[in-house]
Amino acid sequence: MGSHGIRDRVAIVGMGCTPFREHWDRGTDDLVVDAVGEGMRSAGIEVPEVDAWWLGTAQSGMSGITLAAPLKLEGKPVTRVENYCATGSEALRQACYAVASGAYDVACAVGVEKVKDSGFQGLNAFPIPNDGTNRTLTAAAMFSLVAPAYAERYGVDPGELRRVLARIASKNHANGAKNPRAQFRREMDVDAICAMPSVAGMLSVFDCAGVADGAASAVVVRAEDAHRYTDTPIYVKALSFVAGNGSGLLDPDYDYTHFPECEAAAQDAYAQAGVTDPRRELALAEVHDCFTPTELVLMEDLGFSARGEAWKDCEAGVFDLHGELPINSDGGLKSFGHPVGASGLRMLFECWLQLRGEAPEERRIDTVDRGLALTHNLGGYPGEMVSFVGIWGNRTG
Amino acid sequence: MTSGRVRGVVAVGTHLPHWRLQRSAASAVLGSSQGKGTRTVASYDEDALTMSVEAARRALRSAVAGTVPVGSLWFTTSTPTYLDKTSATIAHAALRLPPEVPAADALGPRGAGMALCGALRSDEPVLVLAGDVRSGPAGSPEDREGGDAGAAVLVGSSEDGPLVGEYLGGASATREFLDRWRVPGEQRTRAWEERFGQQRYDELAGAAWDAALKDAGLDVDQVATVAMSAPHARAGAGLRKRLGAAGVDVVGDLRDRVGFTGAAHPLLLLATLLEVAEPGQVVGLIALADGADVFLFRAGEGTPASPTSAEQLDAGDDSLTYARALSWRGVLPVQPPNRPEPPRMSASAAERRLDWKYGFVGSRDRSSGAVHLPPARVSFVGGHTDDMDPAPMADVPATVATFTVDGLAWSPSPPVVFAVCDFEGGGRLPVELTDVRPDDVSIGMPVEMTFRRLTTADGIANYFWKARPAGGRAAGRPAGDAPGGH
Repeated sequence: MGSHGIRDRVAIVGMGCTPFREHWDRGTDDLVVDAVGEGMRSAGIEVPEVDAWWLGTAQSGMSGITLAAPLKLEGKPVTRVENYCATGSEALRQACYAVASGAYDVACAVGVEKVKDSGFQGLNAFPIPNDGTNRTLTAAAMFSLVAPAYAERYGVDPGELRRVLARIASKNHANGAKNPRAQFRREMDVDAICAMPSVAGMLSVFDCAGVADGAASAVVVRAEDAHRYTDTPIYVKALSFVAGNGSGLLDPDYDYTHFPECEAAAQDAYAQAGVTDPRRELALAEVHDCFTPTELVLMEDLGFSARGEAWKDCEAGVFDLHGELPINSDGGLKSFGHPVGASGLRMLFECWLQLRGEAPEERRIDTVDRGLALTHNLGGYPGEMVSFVGIWGNRTG
Repeated sequence: MTSGRVRGVVAVGTHLPHWRLQRSAASAVLGSSQGKGTRTVASYDEDALTMSVEAARRALRSAVAGTVPVGSLWFTTSTPTYLDKTSATIAHAALRLPPEVPAADALGPRGAGMALCGALRSDEPVLVLAGDVRSGPAGSPEDREGGDAGAAVLVGSSEDGPLVGEYLGGASATREFLDRWRVPGEQRTRAWEERFGQQRYDELAGAAWDAALKDAGLDVDQVATVAMSAPHARAGAGLRKRLGAAGVDVVGDLRDRVGFTGAAHPLLLLATLLEVAEPGQVVGLIALADGADVFLFRAGEGTPASPTSAEQLDAGDDSLTYARALSWRGVLPVQPPNRPEPPRMSASAAERRLDWKYGFVGSRDRSSGAVHLPPARVSFVGGHTDDMDPAPMADVPATVATFTVDGLAWSPSPPVVFAVCDFEGGGRLPVELTDVRPDDVSIGMPVEMTFRRLTTADGIANYFWKARPAGGRAAGRPAGDAPGGH
């Protein structure tokens, strides 16, 4: 028994990612066709050459037909997966395992979400019939519980913490401003963000991820086949996933200053990849900054900062584009936008660009030589969460 | 009243909503005097049933009442949750009564009096619940002079324990006449000229009073105090005058601070009578509602439920704005947040977890003692399966571990104030707070659980529990912003 990973056994050889936008003129089918088309061109293959497909969508469609129909696939397996906001990573993870198992030569993971057809602000979950006792708080409010708890535990003045959170948002806006595919491309300074009215706890709308439509895709092959498709494949170093058991909601010992599911997923991933000092070994990390306090706490859960120190590291610019460890160099959920099923693949898309030296000059990181990137994708809420961590590299070994 | 087995009131409990409206606030909006004093206003998540349940919880919590096996339950109101469905069964579930106890509704203003009559003539413990939400168009008599409350009386016998009120006798008088009426589904109560009703009530009240004295074998000068519940100020005026002349103390009917609480009013007044009466004093309740029901009791040694109605009167928050009070009753519809409305609850899912949803009963792992809210089959400590005991948590105090205010979530009265609550002796639940202003919440604040109506969808009222500041902590706060802030 054990989690062994599939380090260096499979590779990503093509990727596509639509701009994340309020795509009023594009439906789920259009987004899928666009993202897959770009992915196929990137890998230099045609749709029929893909042996098996994984589609991640939280609630833009059910069953594999959501993908098979718009692509007019002929006799191919399509698995539709859902795992909250980590849905895109889940599709990717399954495609990687399918190739590693030897069952298929070429697999493709696709993530899509068409969120802007609901007519409501924000993200809204399908109502599953229940006894009416479930809480009905927004995600923003659930994550806002983290801020006062963190401030209290580490003795950070709430006003100071407010500026730290604003700095995280400001950094991600600055990165997104340099990214033509991002939803929000306006830089926001810390004072302006601090001045916004709060909507949930101390969070304003500028502490929340953008809500956008979008899709992304990745072509997965065996590592030994990778160079048939590209000279610069990206190798899977680690894939880990933890589905929390919800005990944080039951357990008075849970204090809302960390996410145990993320910590556990990171530990597993580092073990698979042989990473011991992530802050210095990783070239960049794309993390699930659904709300600014989430990114703050993740710096500690993922081992980039010591417990209670992330707020200082954020203030010191450690995670800026040209900092010690760039975080969310593409703008993150905050600025790139968050089409649920696509986000995990969007994170990999940034690693794909950066590790291959293809990121545009203005947001190219200085740490590429380290050769490793991390994607972290979570779903759910503090106390009951799913968490994915993937580690990717531009060379084997 | 023979062989030493005396019927009477074993316990009474009341619930006055936290929120109060100063009538001057309504005057300022409407531009005409709406009178003086305050009225109680059921919060947006309260209705006749929830207020009755809160009152009954208090009555049953009193030491004696907790041991009395309730034989049947009556719920009375003029504002029922449903027509083709019994509301009393929801109270039955919330109070965790056993299945062999029948529960039924007695609708209309006379329900409390009749249920009390029946209970006093029965030979088993009977729990009578009464609640009402009095509202109408802005400036209507119900809006101006009405009030919202719940009350509950547990009737039993001296064998059940010391009575707070020993029943001495009573009488009723009935005759059909038209005074006030409201058509189902309508917001407005209509009224005939009050002077007609006044005359009818004078006759009926006088006749019932005389017959009650005779039934109890009492002279009027043996009666210390009476309370009179009447639908308007003129009703019963003649009898009040007669009693005053005879030296009987007619206590205030709470109109100045609570308002007339309709179907709940007779039991609310009975509670106030018994709470202050000296043991041995004879007190009388006169309930006028399309007839007259008179009850005479001798105050006993039993202790009143806590908090008393007087304590609740002194707590509460009277800074409620008139606009918000009207919006809570649907008289002034307000724009909801642009979020999907909650779906209806599933009847079968709710029934499967009846004790959780209505009784707030979790489970406690036998080996680790870990409390699970909601109840679970597998423990989060140690992982043992199906090794749990029920953990009733409705009366367990809790404190706020952390909290937030959600201005985005759908709510009948945004914003949602929400807290992670840790219970004394173990157990945690992230749950909505109520009866609180967002700015008044703090980490470590003590809270208590309260039964509320969360939402209504497809006509289905979704009842569950919320937490609120323990023991009326908001008492004495100066008037300020409206509850719910912005």
